[in-house]
Amino acid sequence: MPEPVIEARNLVKKYKDFAAVDDISFDVAPGESFGLLGPNGAGKSTTMRMVGAVSSRTAGSLSILGLDPDEYGPEIRSQLGVVPQADNLDEELRARENLLVYGRYFGLPRRLVAQRADELMAFAQLDDKVKAKVDDLSGGMKRRLTIARALINDPRILLLDEPTTGLDPQARHVLWDRLFRLKEQGTTLVLTTHYMDEAEQLCDRIVVVDEGRIMAEGSPSQLIRQYSSREVLEVRFGSQNNEVVARELEGIGDRNEVLPDRILIYASNGEEALGAVTERGHTPITSLVRRSSLEDVFLRLTGRSLIE
Amino acid sequence: MTATEMRPDAAHALIAARAPRRWGAWYVAEHRFRGMKAYTQTVIATGIGSPLMYLFAMGVGLASLVDANVEQNGLAVSYLVFVAPALLAMAAFEAAAEEFSYPIMLGFKWNPIFTGMGASPVTPGQIIDGQVIAVTVRIAVTSGLYYLFMLLFGAVPGEFGWVSLGSAVLTGLAFGTLLMAYVATLENDSGQIAMVMRFLVLPLTLFSGTVFPLTQLPWFLQWIGWLSPLWHGTELGRVVSYGHPEPAWLSIVHVAYLLLLTVVGWMLARRVAARRLNR
Ligand SMILES: Nc1ncnc2c1ncn2[C@@H]1O[C@H](COP(=O)(O)OP(=O)(O)OP(=O)(O)O)[C@@H](O)[C@H]1O
Ligand SMILES: [Mg+2]
Repeated sequence: MPEPVIEARNLVKKYKDFAAVDDISFDVAPGESFGLLGPNGAGKSTTMRMVGAVSSRTAGSLSILGLDPDEYGPEIRSQLGVVPQADNLDEELRARENLLVYGRYFGLPRRLVAQRADELMAFAQLDDKVKAKVDDLSGGMKRRLTIARALINDPRILLLDEPTTGLDPQARHVLWDRLFRLKEQGTTLVLTTHYMDEAEQLCDRIVVVDEGRIMAEGSPSQLIRQYSSREVLEVRFGSQNNEVVARELEGIGDRNEVLPDRILIYASNGEEALGAVTERGHTPITSLVRRSSLEDVFLRLTGRSLIE
Repeated sequence: MTATEMRPDAAHALIAARAPRRWGAWYVAEHRFRGMKAYTQTVIATGIGSPLMYLFAMGVGLASLVDANVEQNGLAVSYLVFVAPALLAMAAFEAAAEEFSYPIMLGFKWNPIFTGMGASPVTPGQIIDGQVIAVTVRIAVTSGLYYLFMLLFGAVPGEFGWVSLGSAVLTGLAFGTLLMAYVATLENDSGQIAMVMRFLVLPLTLFSGTVFPLTQLPWFLQWIGWLSPLWHGTELGRVVSYGHPEPAWLSIVHVAYLLLLTVVGWMLARRVAARRLNR
Protein backbone atom coordinates (compact mmCIF):
# COMPACT_ATOMS: atom_id res chain seq x y z
CA MET A 1 0.00 0.00 0.00
CA PRO A 2 1.36 3.44 -0.91
CA GLU A 3 1.19 6.00 1.86
CA PRO A 4 -2.13 7.83 1.95
CA VAL A 5 -2.14 11.41 0.66
CA ILE A 6 -4.79 12.36 3.19
CA GLU A 7 -4.95 10.87 6.65
CA ALA A 8 -7.63 12.09 9.05
CA ARG A 9 -7.92 10.67 12.57
CA ASN A 10 -10.71 11.61 14.94
CA LEU A 11 -11.07 14.93 13.24
CA VAL A 12 -13.27 17.42 15.07
CA LYS A 13 -14.32 20.94 14.18
CA LYS A 14 -16.36 22.90 16.66
CA TYR A 15 -18.06 26.23 16.21
CA LYS A 16 -18.54 27.37 19.79
CA ASP A 17 -20.18 24.28 21.34
CA PHE A 18 -21.54 22.90 18.11
CA ALA A 19 -19.53 20.12 16.50
CA ALA A 20 -19.87 20.55 12.73
CA VAL A 21 -17.42 17.68 12.25
CA ASP A 22 -17.54 15.20 15.06
CA ASP A 23 -14.81 12.60 15.18
CA ILE A 24 -14.24 11.66 11.57
CA SER A 25 -11.45 9.35 10.42
CA PHE A 26 -10.57 8.41 6.88
CA ASP A 27 -7.65 7.83 4.53
CA VAL A 28 -7.34 8.70 0.89
CA ALA A 29 -4.82 6.82 -1.22
CA PRO A 30 -2.89 8.49 -4.04
CA GLY A 31 -4.86 8.48 -7.26
CA GLU A 32 -8.03 7.46 -5.51
CA SER A 33 -11.25 9.33 -5.94
CA PHE A 34 -13.01 9.72 -2.70
CA GLY A 35 -16.49 11.04 -2.06
CA LEU A 36 -18.16 12.65 0.92
CA LEU A 37 -21.85 12.16 0.71
CA GLY A 38 -24.36 13.69 3.05
CA PRO A 39 -27.33 15.99 3.48
CA ASN A 40 -27.20 19.76 4.03
CA GLY A 41 -25.26 20.66 7.15
CA ALA A 42 -23.60 17.24 7.43
CA GLY A 43 -20.17 18.82 7.71
CA LYS A 44 -18.87 18.09 4.22
CA SER A 45 -17.67 21.60 3.43
CA THR A 46 -16.18 21.98 6.87
CA THR A 47 -14.20 18.79 6.34
CA MET A 48 -13.10 20.01 2.92
CA ARG A 49 -11.87 23.30 4.38
CA MET A 50 -9.81 21.47 6.96
CA VAL A 51 -8.33 19.20 4.31
CA GLY A 52 -7.74 22.32 2.21
CA ALA A 53 -5.56 23.71 5.02
CA VAL A 54 -7.59 26.87 5.46
CA SER A 55 -9.63 25.90 8.50
CA SER A 56 -7.84 24.69 11.60
CA ARG A 57 -9.16 21.64 13.38
CA THR A 58 -10.44 21.67 16.94
CA ALA A 59 -9.13 18.19 17.72
CA GLY A 60 -7.79 15.06 16.08
CA SER A 61 -4.95 14.69 13.66
CA LEU A 62 -4.76 15.48 10.01
CA SER A 63 -1.99 14.95 7.57
CA ILE A 64 -1.95 15.93 3.92
CA LEU A 65 0.94 14.50 1.89
CA GLY A 66 2.45 13.65 5.24
CA LEU A 67 2.36 17.28 6.39
CA ASP A 68 0.38 18.85 9.22
CA PRO A 69 -1.78 21.71 7.90
CA ASP A 70 -1.30 23.70 11.11
CA GLU A 71 2.36 24.01 10.33
CA TYR A 72 2.64 23.55 6.58
CA GLY A 73 -0.41 25.38 5.24
CA PRO A 74 1.25 27.02 2.22
CA GLU A 75 3.15 23.84 1.38
CA ILE A 76 -0.01 21.75 1.40
CA ARG A 77 -2.04 24.33 -0.48
CA SER A 78 0.63 24.48 -3.17
CA GLN A 79 -0.30 20.90 -4.06
CA LEU A 80 -4.06 21.33 -4.00
CA GLY A 81 -6.66 22.47 -6.46
CA VAL A 82 -9.75 23.76 -4.72
CA VAL A 83 -13.24 24.15 -6.11
CA PRO A 84 -15.22 25.72 -3.28
CA GLN A 85 -18.94 25.27 -2.88
CA ALA A 86 -19.54 28.95 -3.62
CA ASP A 87 -17.63 30.45 -6.54
CA ASN A 88 -15.24 33.19 -5.52
CA LEU A 89 -13.88 34.30 -8.86
CA ASP A 90 -12.91 37.95 -9.21
CA GLU A 91 -15.98 39.38 -10.88
CA GLU A 92 -14.14 42.53 -11.87
CA LEU A 93 -11.60 40.71 -13.97
CA ARG A 94 -12.01 38.93 -17.26
CA ALA A 95 -12.35 35.17 -17.40
CA ARG A 96 -8.79 34.37 -18.44
CA GLU A 97 -7.33 37.02 -16.15
CA ASN A 98 -8.75 35.11 -13.23
CA LEU A 99 -6.56 32.18 -14.17
CA LEU A 100 -3.55 34.43 -14.67
CA VAL A 101 -3.69 36.05 -11.25
CA TYR A 102 -4.45 32.75 -9.57
CA GLY A 103 -1.55 30.97 -11.18
CA ARG A 104 0.78 33.61 -9.83
CA TYR A 105 -0.23 32.74 -6.27
CA PHE A 106 1.61 29.48 -6.73
CA GLY A 107 4.73 31.33 -7.72
CA LEU A 108 4.54 30.05 -11.27
CA PRO A 109 6.29 32.01 -14.01
CA ARG A 110 4.06 34.27 -16.05
CA ARG A 111 4.72 32.44 -19.30
CA LEU A 112 3.81 29.06 -17.89
CA VAL A 113 0.65 30.46 -16.32
CA ALA A 114 -0.37 32.09 -19.60
CA GLN A 115 0.14 28.84 -21.47
CA ARG A 116 -1.82 26.82 -18.94
CA ALA A 117 -4.56 29.43 -18.85
CA ASP A 118 -5.08 28.95 -22.58
CA GLU A 119 -5.18 25.18 -22.25
CA LEU A 120 -7.57 25.33 -19.34
CA MET A 121 -9.92 27.77 -21.04
CA ALA A 122 -10.20 25.15 -23.77
CA PHE A 123 -10.52 22.34 -21.24
CA ALA A 124 -13.42 24.16 -19.61
CA GLN A 125 -14.92 24.88 -23.04
CA LEU A 126 -14.69 28.59 -22.45
CA ASP A 127 -12.57 29.43 -25.50
CA ASP A 128 -15.02 32.00 -26.70
CA LYS A 129 -15.31 33.63 -23.27
CA VAL A 130 -11.64 34.43 -22.77
CA LYS A 131 -12.26 38.18 -22.77
CA ALA A 132 -15.65 38.08 -21.07
CA LYS A 133 -16.06 39.74 -17.70
CA VAL A 134 -16.78 37.10 -15.09
CA ASP A 135 -19.85 39.09 -14.13
CA ASP A 136 -21.30 38.36 -17.56
CA LEU A 137 -20.80 34.57 -17.46
CA SER A 138 -23.67 32.20 -16.72
CA GLY A 139 -23.67 30.25 -13.47
CA GLY A 140 -22.50 27.09 -15.20
CA MET A 141 -19.71 28.91 -17.00
CA LYS A 142 -18.49 30.40 -13.73
CA ARG A 143 -18.44 26.92 -12.27
CA ARG A 144 -16.35 25.65 -15.15
CA LEU A 145 -14.01 28.61 -14.81
CA THR A 146 -13.62 27.88 -11.10
CA ILE A 147 -12.68 24.31 -11.96
CA ALA A 148 -10.21 25.53 -14.55
CA ARG A 149 -8.72 27.86 -11.95
CA ALA A 150 -8.30 24.96 -9.54
CA LEU A 151 -6.16 23.19 -12.13
CA ILE A 152 -3.79 26.07 -12.85
CA ASN A 153 -1.10 24.64 -10.56
CA ASP A 154 -1.46 21.10 -11.89
CA PRO A 155 -2.51 19.87 -8.43
CA ARG A 156 -1.77 16.52 -6.85
CA ILE A 157 -5.09 16.55 -5.06
CA LEU A 158 -8.24 18.16 -6.35
CA LEU A 159 -10.86 19.11 -3.77
CA LEU A 160 -14.29 19.60 -5.30
CA ASP A 161 -17.12 20.80 -3.10
CA GLU A 162 -20.32 20.08 -5.02
CA PRO A 163 -18.65 20.64 -8.36
CA THR A 164 -21.67 20.15 -10.55
CA THR A 165 -24.36 21.87 -8.54
CA GLY A 166 -25.97 24.36 -10.90
CA LEU A 167 -24.71 22.76 -14.08
CA ASP A 168 -27.06 21.54 -16.77
CA PRO A 169 -27.01 17.79 -17.52
CA GLN A 170 -24.78 18.18 -20.53
CA ALA A 171 -22.25 20.32 -18.71
CA ARG A 172 -22.28 17.82 -15.86
CA HIS A 173 -21.42 14.98 -18.18
CA VAL A 174 -18.67 17.00 -19.78
CA LEU A 175 -17.27 17.74 -16.36
CA TRP A 176 -17.45 14.12 -15.30
CA ASP A 177 -15.52 13.25 -18.40
CA ARG A 178 -12.86 15.85 -17.55
CA LEU A 179 -12.59 14.64 -13.99
CA PHE A 180 -12.29 11.11 -15.21
CA ARG A 181 -9.38 12.09 -17.40
CA LEU A 182 -7.65 13.79 -14.49
CA LYS A 183 -8.15 10.67 -12.46
CA GLU A 184 -6.55 8.63 -15.21
CA GLN A 185 -3.55 10.94 -15.06
CA GLY A 186 -3.20 10.10 -11.39
CA THR A 187 -4.80 13.14 -9.75
CA THR A 188 -6.40 12.33 -6.43
CA LEU A 189 -9.99 13.54 -6.31
CA VAL A 190 -11.92 14.35 -3.18
CA LEU A 191 -15.44 15.48 -3.81
CA THR A 192 -18.67 16.15 -2.04
CA THR A 193 -21.96 15.80 -3.74
CA HIS A 194 -25.69 15.44 -3.28
CA TYR A 195 -26.01 13.55 -6.50
CA MET A 196 -25.98 9.80 -6.18
CA ASP A 197 -25.27 9.24 -9.83
CA GLU A 198 -22.29 11.53 -9.56
CA ALA A 199 -20.88 9.63 -6.62
CA GLU A 200 -21.47 6.32 -8.39
CA GLN A 201 -19.83 7.61 -11.56
CA LEU A 202 -16.79 9.23 -10.07
CA CYS A 203 -15.95 7.75 -6.71
CA ASP A 204 -13.93 4.65 -5.96
CA ARG A 205 -14.88 5.00 -2.36
CA ILE A 206 -17.45 6.93 -0.41
CA VAL A 207 -18.16 7.90 3.14
CA VAL A 208 -21.70 8.77 4.05
CA VAL A 209 -21.68 11.62 6.56
CA ASP A 210 -24.51 12.86 8.70
CA GLU A 211 -24.39 15.33 11.55
CA GLY A 212 -20.63 15.42 11.43
CA ARG A 213 -20.15 11.66 11.71
CA ILE A 214 -19.39 8.90 9.27
CA MET A 215 -22.34 6.56 8.92
CA ALA A 216 -20.83 4.13 6.44
CA GLU A 217 -17.86 3.69 4.18
CA GLY A 218 -17.16 1.63 1.11
CA SER A 219 -17.28 1.54 -2.67
CA PRO A 220 -20.65 2.48 -4.18
CA SER A 221 -21.40 -1.16 -5.01
CA GLN A 222 -20.31 -2.38 -1.58
CA LEU A 223 -22.53 0.14 0.12
CA ILE A 224 -25.47 -0.79 -2.05
CA ARG A 225 -24.95 -4.45 -1.37
CA GLN A 226 -24.58 -3.91 2.32
CA TYR A 227 -27.34 -1.43 2.98
CA SER A 228 -29.84 -2.07 0.28
CA SER A 229 -31.23 -4.85 -1.87
CA ARG A 230 -30.46 -5.53 -5.49
CA GLU A 231 -33.69 -3.97 -6.74
CA VAL A 232 -36.22 -1.50 -5.53
CA LEU A 233 -39.92 -1.48 -6.28
CA GLU A 234 -41.53 1.95 -6.13
CA VAL A 235 -45.29 1.98 -5.82
CA ARG A 236 -47.73 4.87 -5.41
CA PHE A 237 -51.16 4.64 -3.90
CA GLY A 238 -51.86 8.33 -3.52
CA SER A 239 -50.30 10.34 -0.75
CA GLN A 240 -53.16 9.77 1.77
CA ASN A 241 -53.10 6.00 1.36
CA ASN A 242 -49.39 5.18 1.33
CA GLU A 243 -49.08 4.95 5.10
CA VAL A 244 -51.99 2.53 5.48
CA VAL A 245 -51.15 0.35 2.50
CA ALA A 246 -47.52 0.08 3.54
CA ARG A 247 -48.53 -1.60 6.77
CA GLU A 248 -50.47 -4.19 4.81
CA LEU A 249 -47.48 -4.82 2.57
CA GLU A 250 -45.18 -5.76 5.48
CA GLY A 251 -43.26 -8.89 4.71
CA ILE A 252 -42.88 -8.34 1.00
CA GLY A 253 -39.21 -7.98 0.14
CA ASP A 254 -36.58 -7.30 2.80
CA ARG A 255 -38.24 -4.17 4.12
CA ASN A 256 -40.10 -1.12 2.96
CA GLU A 257 -39.78 2.61 3.35
CA VAL A 258 -42.65 5.08 3.19
CA LEU A 259 -41.96 8.42 1.57
CA PRO A 260 -44.56 11.16 1.33
CA ASP A 261 -45.38 10.33 -2.27
CA ARG A 262 -44.52 6.65 -2.61
CA ILE A 263 -43.54 3.39 -0.96
CA LEU A 264 -40.18 1.81 -1.62
CA ILE A 265 -40.01 -1.95 -1.33
CA TYR A 266 -36.53 -3.40 -1.13
CA ALA A 267 -36.34 -6.84 -2.75
CA SER A 268 -33.85 -8.86 -4.70
CA ASN A 269 -36.46 -9.25 -7.42
CA GLY A 270 -38.69 -6.23 -7.98
CA GLU A 271 -41.11 -7.88 -10.38
CA GLU A 272 -41.80 -10.70 -7.93
CA ALA A 273 -42.41 -8.17 -5.21
CA LEU A 274 -44.87 -6.35 -7.44
CA GLY A 275 -46.68 -9.67 -8.00
CA ALA A 276 -46.91 -10.13 -4.24
CA VAL A 277 -48.36 -6.65 -3.84
CA THR A 278 -51.19 -7.28 -6.30
CA GLU A 279 -51.77 -10.72 -4.77
CA ARG A 280 -52.59 -8.95 -1.51
CA GLY A 281 -55.26 -7.05 -3.38
CA HIS A 282 -53.51 -3.70 -3.82
CA THR A 283 -53.21 -2.15 -7.23
CA PRO A 284 -50.75 0.76 -7.28
CA ILE A 285 -51.50 3.86 -9.35
CA THR A 286 -48.00 3.61 -10.75
CA SER A 287 -45.18 1.19 -10.18
CA LEU A 288 -41.54 1.11 -11.12
CA VAL A 289 -38.80 -1.44 -10.66
CA ARG A 290 -35.28 -0.07 -10.63
CA ARG A 291 -31.82 -0.99 -9.48
CA SER A 292 -30.85 0.02 -6.02
CA SER A 293 -28.75 3.18 -5.73
CA LEU A 294 -26.80 5.14 -3.17
CA GLU A 295 -29.93 7.15 -2.56
CA ASP A 296 -31.40 4.04 -0.99
CA VAL A 297 -28.28 3.49 1.07
CA PHE A 298 -28.59 6.99 2.32
CA LEU A 299 -32.25 6.64 3.16
CA ARG A 300 -31.51 3.48 5.06
CA LEU A 301 -28.67 5.02 7.02
CA THR A 302 -30.19 8.33 7.94
CA GLY A 303 -33.90 7.80 7.54
CA ARG A 304 -33.87 10.89 5.37
CA SER A 305 -33.92 11.60 1.72
CA LEU A 306 -30.69 13.14 0.48
CA ILE A 307 -32.16 15.84 -1.67
CA GLU A 308 -34.42 17.87 0.51
CA MET B 1 11.95 17.26 9.58
CA THR B 2 14.61 17.49 6.91
CA ALA B 3 14.04 16.94 3.22
CA THR B 4 15.91 13.65 3.23
CA GLU B 5 13.67 11.85 5.71
CA MET B 6 10.57 13.28 4.13
CA ARG B 7 8.39 11.49 1.64
CA PRO B 8 8.89 12.71 -1.93
CA ASP B 9 5.51 14.41 -2.33
CA ALA B 10 6.04 16.35 0.91
CA ALA B 11 9.53 17.38 -0.17
CA HIS B 12 8.05 18.51 -3.46
CA ALA B 13 5.48 20.61 -1.61
CA LEU B 14 8.20 22.24 0.45
CA ILE B 15 9.98 23.36 -2.67
CA ALA B 16 6.80 24.48 -4.41
CA ALA B 17 5.84 26.73 -1.50
CA ARG B 18 9.16 28.56 -1.36
CA ALA B 19 8.26 31.26 -3.85
CA PRO B 20 4.78 31.94 -2.44
CA ARG B 21 6.16 32.04 1.10
CA ARG B 22 8.56 34.73 0.04
CA TRP B 23 6.66 36.63 -2.65
CA GLY B 24 3.01 35.95 -1.84
CA ALA B 25 2.28 39.55 -0.89
CA TRP B 26 3.56 40.74 -4.26
CA TYR B 27 1.32 38.30 -6.12
CA VAL B 28 -1.61 39.67 -4.18
CA ALA B 29 -0.55 43.22 -5.03
CA GLU B 30 -0.32 42.20 -8.69
CA HIS B 31 -3.90 41.01 -8.50
CA ARG B 32 -5.03 44.23 -6.88
CA PHE B 33 -3.27 46.27 -9.57
CA ARG B 34 -5.14 44.35 -12.22
CA GLY B 35 -8.37 45.20 -10.46
CA MET B 36 -7.34 48.86 -10.25
CA LYS B 37 -6.77 48.95 -14.00
CA ALA B 38 -10.52 49.10 -14.38
CA TYR B 39 -10.51 52.50 -12.76
CA THR B 40 -7.10 53.84 -13.82
CA GLN B 41 -8.74 56.64 -15.74
CA THR B 42 -10.61 57.74 -12.65
CA VAL B 43 -7.42 57.64 -10.60
CA ILE B 44 -5.53 59.69 -13.16
CA ALA B 45 -8.41 62.09 -13.75
CA THR B 46 -8.88 62.82 -10.06
CA GLY B 47 -5.11 62.82 -9.64
CA ILE B 48 -4.91 65.70 -12.11
CA GLY B 49 -8.28 67.36 -11.66
CA SER B 50 -8.26 67.58 -7.92
CA PRO B 51 -4.91 69.37 -7.43
CA LEU B 52 -5.75 71.72 -10.28
CA MET B 53 -9.05 72.62 -8.71
CA TYR B 54 -7.90 72.84 -5.12
CA LEU B 55 -4.69 74.71 -5.79
CA PHE B 56 -6.54 77.14 -7.97
CA ALA B 57 -9.43 77.63 -5.57
CA MET B 58 -7.32 77.80 -2.42
CA GLY B 59 -4.18 79.36 -3.77
CA VAL B 60 -5.59 81.84 -6.21
CA GLY B 61 -9.23 82.30 -5.24
CA LEU B 62 -9.25 81.98 -1.48
CA ALA B 63 -5.80 83.51 -1.08
CA SER B 64 -7.06 86.76 -2.56
CA LEU B 65 -9.74 86.80 0.14
CA VAL B 66 -7.45 85.76 2.95
CA ASP B 67 -5.21 88.42 1.50
CA ALA B 68 -2.67 88.52 4.27
CA ASN B 69 -0.06 85.85 4.75
CA VAL B 70 -0.51 83.06 7.24
CA GLU B 71 1.70 83.38 10.23
CA GLN B 72 2.60 80.43 12.40
CA ASN B 73 5.28 80.44 15.05
CA GLY B 74 6.62 83.68 13.69
CA LEU B 75 7.03 82.65 10.05
CA ALA B 76 4.66 84.20 7.56
CA VAL B 77 4.06 82.53 4.20
CA SER B 78 1.51 82.99 1.47
CA TYR B 79 -1.72 81.09 1.89
CA LEU B 80 -0.94 78.94 -1.11
CA VAL B 81 2.39 77.82 0.34
CA PHE B 82 0.73 77.24 3.70
CA VAL B 83 -2.12 75.14 2.36
CA ALA B 84 -0.32 73.12 -0.35
CA PRO B 85 1.31 70.50 1.97
CA ALA B 86 -2.08 70.05 3.64
CA LEU B 87 -3.81 69.50 0.30
CA LEU B 88 -1.19 66.94 -0.61
CA ALA B 89 -1.65 65.05 2.63
CA MET B 90 -5.44 65.30 2.32
CA ALA B 91 -5.40 63.77 -1.14
CA ALA B 92 -3.36 60.83 0.15
CA PHE B 93 -5.61 60.54 3.18
CA GLU B 94 -8.76 60.45 1.08
CA ALA B 95 -7.35 58.00 -1.45
CA ALA B 96 -6.34 55.71 1.40
CA ALA B 97 -9.79 55.97 2.95
CA GLU B 98 -11.30 54.88 -0.36
CA GLU B 99 -8.89 52.07 -1.11
CA PHE B 100 -8.86 50.56 2.36
CA SER B 101 -12.61 50.53 2.87
CA TYR B 102 -15.02 49.24 0.22
CA PRO B 103 -12.44 47.17 -1.68
CA ILE B 104 -11.60 45.36 1.57
CA MET B 105 -15.26 44.67 2.31
CA LEU B 106 -15.58 43.49 -1.26
CA GLY B 107 -12.75 41.00 -0.93
CA PHE B 108 -13.99 39.53 2.33
CA LYS B 109 -17.68 39.54 1.67
CA TRP B 110 -19.35 40.83 -1.46
CA ASN B 111 -17.07 39.10 -3.94
CA PRO B 112 -14.96 37.00 -1.59
CA ILE B 113 -11.77 36.91 -3.61
CA PHE B 114 -9.75 36.85 -0.37
CA THR B 115 -11.33 33.49 0.42
CA GLY B 116 -10.25 32.37 -3.03
CA MET B 117 -6.69 33.56 -2.47
CA GLY B 118 -6.72 31.87 0.92
CA ALA B 119 -7.06 28.47 -0.75
CA SER B 120 -3.78 29.06 -2.58
CA PRO B 121 -0.37 28.98 -0.87
CA VAL B 122 -0.75 32.65 -0.03
CA THR B 123 -1.43 33.36 3.66
CA PRO B 124 -4.02 35.75 5.15
CA GLY B 125 -1.16 37.98 6.32
CA GLN B 126 0.18 38.16 2.79
CA ILE B 127 -3.26 39.05 1.48
CA ILE B 128 -3.21 42.07 3.80
CA ASP B 129 0.40 42.91 2.92
CA GLY B 130 -0.54 42.80 -0.76
CA GLN B 131 -3.30 45.31 -0.19
CA VAL B 132 -0.87 47.61 1.61
CA ILE B 133 1.68 47.35 -1.18
CA ALA B 134 -0.82 48.03 -3.94
CA VAL B 135 -2.50 50.90 -2.16
CA THR B 136 0.85 52.46 -1.24
CA VAL B 137 1.74 52.56 -4.91
CA ARG B 138 -1.68 53.94 -5.76
CA ILE B 139 -1.35 56.73 -3.16
CA ALA B 140 2.18 57.48 -4.27
CA VAL B 141 0.94 57.99 -7.83
CA THR B 142 -1.83 60.32 -6.67
CA SER B 143 0.58 62.22 -4.45
CA GLY B 144 3.19 62.41 -7.18
CA LEU B 145 0.74 64.03 -9.56
CA TYR B 146 -0.36 66.40 -6.83
CA TYR B 147 3.19 67.37 -6.12
CA LEU B 148 3.84 68.18 -9.77
CA PHE B 149 0.99 70.63 -9.74
CA MET B 150 2.22 72.13 -6.48
CA LEU B 151 5.52 72.80 -8.21
CA LEU B 152 3.74 74.31 -11.19
CA PHE B 153 1.80 76.65 -8.92
CA GLY B 154 5.01 77.64 -7.21
CA ALA B 155 3.72 76.33 -3.90
CA VAL B 156 6.91 74.62 -2.74
CA PRO B 157 9.68 77.05 -1.83
CA GLY B 158 11.97 74.66 0.09
CA GLU B 159 14.48 72.38 -1.58
CA PHE B 160 13.38 69.39 0.47
CA GLY B 161 9.75 69.77 -0.51
CA TRP B 162 9.71 66.39 -2.22
CA VAL B 163 10.04 64.75 1.18
CA SER B 164 6.44 65.79 1.78
CA LEU B 165 5.52 63.07 -0.72
CA GLY B 166 6.72 60.53 1.81
CA SER B 167 4.88 62.14 4.68
CA ALA B 168 1.70 62.24 2.61
CA VAL B 169 1.91 58.54 1.78
CA LEU B 170 2.63 57.76 5.41
CA THR B 171 -0.40 59.79 6.44
CA GLY B 172 -2.56 57.68 4.17
CA LEU B 173 -1.15 54.44 5.53
CA ALA B 174 -1.43 55.51 9.17
CA PHE B 175 -5.15 56.04 8.81
CA GLY B 176 -5.76 53.46 6.07
CA THR B 177 -4.32 50.39 7.73
CA LEU B 178 -6.41 51.04 10.85
CA LEU B 179 -9.46 51.53 8.68
CA MET B 180 -8.68 48.27 6.89
CA ALA B 181 -8.43 46.43 10.21
CA TYR B 182 -11.81 47.83 11.23
CA VAL B 183 -13.48 47.00 7.92
CA ALA B 184 -12.09 43.46 8.07
CA THR B 185 -14.02 42.90 11.29
CA LEU B 186 -17.34 43.85 9.70
CA GLU B 187 -19.51 40.83 8.96
CA ASN B 188 -21.97 43.10 7.22
CA ASP B 189 -21.86 46.66 6.10
CA SER B 190 -25.07 48.23 7.26
CA GLY B 191 -23.79 51.73 6.70
CA GLN B 192 -20.74 51.64 8.98
CA ILE B 193 -18.32 52.45 6.18
CA ALA B 194 -20.40 55.39 5.01
CA MET B 195 -20.50 56.62 8.62
CA VAL B 196 -16.72 56.46 8.84
CA MET B 197 -16.46 58.50 5.66
CA ARG B 198 -18.94 61.11 6.80
CA PHE B 199 -18.17 61.41 10.47
CA LEU B 200 -14.47 60.64 10.59
CA VAL B 201 -12.82 61.24 7.23
CA LEU B 202 -14.61 64.46 6.40
CA PRO B 203 -14.25 66.19 9.81
CA LEU B 204 -10.63 65.12 10.03
CA THR B 205 -9.84 66.67 6.66
CA LEU B 206 -11.31 69.95 7.84
CA PHE B 207 -10.13 70.11 11.46
CA SER B 208 -6.60 68.76 11.28
CA GLY B 209 -4.92 72.11 10.88
CA THR B 210 -5.19 71.75 7.15
CA VAL B 211 -6.91 74.76 5.61
CA PHE B 212 -6.33 76.85 8.73
CA PRO B 213 -3.82 76.41 11.57
CA LEU B 214 -4.86 74.08 14.35
CA THR B 215 -4.33 76.91 16.84
CA GLN B 216 -7.32 78.69 15.31
CA LEU B 217 -9.57 75.97 16.69
CA PRO B 218 -10.97 76.50 20.17
CA TRP B 219 -8.59 74.87 22.66
CA PHE B 220 -11.08 72.15 23.54
CA LEU B 221 -11.12 70.91 19.94
CA GLN B 222 -7.39 70.95 19.33
CA TRP B 223 -6.98 67.37 20.53
CA ILE B 224 -8.61 66.34 17.24
CA GLY B 225 -5.47 67.47 15.52
CA TRP B 226 -3.11 65.80 17.95
CA LEU B 227 -4.80 62.47 17.36
CA SER B 228 -5.31 62.98 13.66
CA PRO B 229 -2.67 61.42 11.42
CA LEU B 230 -3.58 64.12 8.95
CA TRP B 231 -2.40 66.88 11.27
CA HIS B 232 0.89 65.13 11.91
CA GLY B 233 1.37 64.48 8.20
CA THR B 234 0.45 68.02 7.25
CA GLU B 235 2.78 69.65 9.78
CA LEU B 236 5.57 67.41 8.67
CA GLY B 237 4.88 68.41 5.08
CA ARG B 238 5.07 72.06 6.07
CA VAL B 239 8.39 71.62 7.77
CA VAL B 240 10.01 70.13 4.69
CA SER B 241 8.13 72.29 2.20
CA TYR B 242 8.80 75.75 3.56
CA GLY B 243 10.64 75.32 6.82
CA HIS B 244 7.65 75.71 9.09
CA PRO B 245 9.28 76.46 12.43
CA GLU B 246 8.63 73.81 15.04
CA PRO B 247 10.89 72.11 17.56
CA ALA B 248 12.75 69.09 16.21
CA TRP B 249 11.25 66.80 18.83
CA LEU B 250 7.79 67.59 17.48
CA SER B 251 8.83 66.57 13.98
CA ILE B 252 10.13 63.35 15.43
CA VAL B 253 6.81 62.85 17.20
CA HIS B 254 5.01 63.31 13.87
CA VAL B 255 7.07 60.63 12.19
CA ALA B 256 6.90 58.25 15.14
CA TYR B 257 3.17 58.67 15.53
CA LEU B 258 2.48 58.02 11.85
CA LEU B 259 4.76 54.99 11.84
CA LEU B 260 3.17 53.67 15.00
CA LEU B 261 -0.37 53.91 13.64
CA THR B 262 0.71 52.27 10.40
CA VAL B 263 2.34 49.36 12.15
CA VAL B 264 -0.50 48.88 14.63
CA GLY B 265 -3.18 49.05 11.93
CA TRP B 266 -1.26 46.75 9.65
CA MET B 267 -0.67 44.12 12.34
CA LEU B 268 -4.26 44.31 13.51
CA ALA B 269 -5.50 43.86 9.97
CA ARG B 270 -3.30 40.81 9.55
CA ARG B 271 -4.69 39.27 12.71
CA VAL B 272 -8.29 39.97 11.85
CA ALA B 273 -7.79 38.53 8.38
CA ALA B 274 -6.15 35.39 9.74
CA ARG B 275 -9.08 34.81 12.05
CA ARG B 276 -11.68 35.65 9.46
CA LEU B 277 -10.30 33.41 6.74
CA ASN B 278 -9.88 30.48 9.13
CA ARG B 279 -13.44 29.26 9.37
N1 LIG C 1 -18.32 29.49 10.12
C1 LIG C 1 -19.26 28.80 10.74
N2 LIG C 1 -19.74 29.21 11.94
C2 LIG C 1 -20.69 28.51 12.59
N3 LIG C 1 -21.24 27.38 12.13
C3 LIG C 1 -20.82 26.91 10.95
C4 LIG C 1 -19.82 27.60 10.20
N4 LIG C 1 -19.60 26.90 9.06
C5 LIG C 1 -20.44 25.84 9.10
N5 LIG C 1 -21.17 25.84 10.23
C6 LIG C 1 -22.16 24.83 10.63
O1 LIG C 1 -21.57 23.56 10.54
C7 LIG C 1 -22.48 22.62 10.00
C8 LIG C 1 -21.87 21.93 8.81
O2 LIG C 1 -21.75 22.86 7.76
P1 LIG C 1 -21.13 22.46 6.36
O3 LIG C 1 -21.10 23.68 5.54
O4 LIG C 1 -19.87 21.74 6.58
O5 LIG C 1 -22.22 21.45 5.81
P2 LIG C 1 -22.30 20.73 4.39
O6 LIG C 1 -22.29 19.26 4.65
O7 LIG C 1 -21.26 21.25 3.49
O8 LIG C 1 -23.74 21.15 3.91
P3 LIG C 1 -24.27 21.55 2.44
O9 LIG C 1 -24.63 20.30 1.76
O10 LIG C 1 -25.47 22.37 2.72
O11 LIG C 1 -23.20 22.32 1.76
C9 LIG C 1 -23.76 23.37 9.69
O12 LIG C 1 -24.68 23.16 10.72
C10 LIG C 1 -23.32 24.82 9.66
O13 LIG C 1 -24.36 25.66 10.11
MG1 LIG D 1 -21.27 22.30 1.81
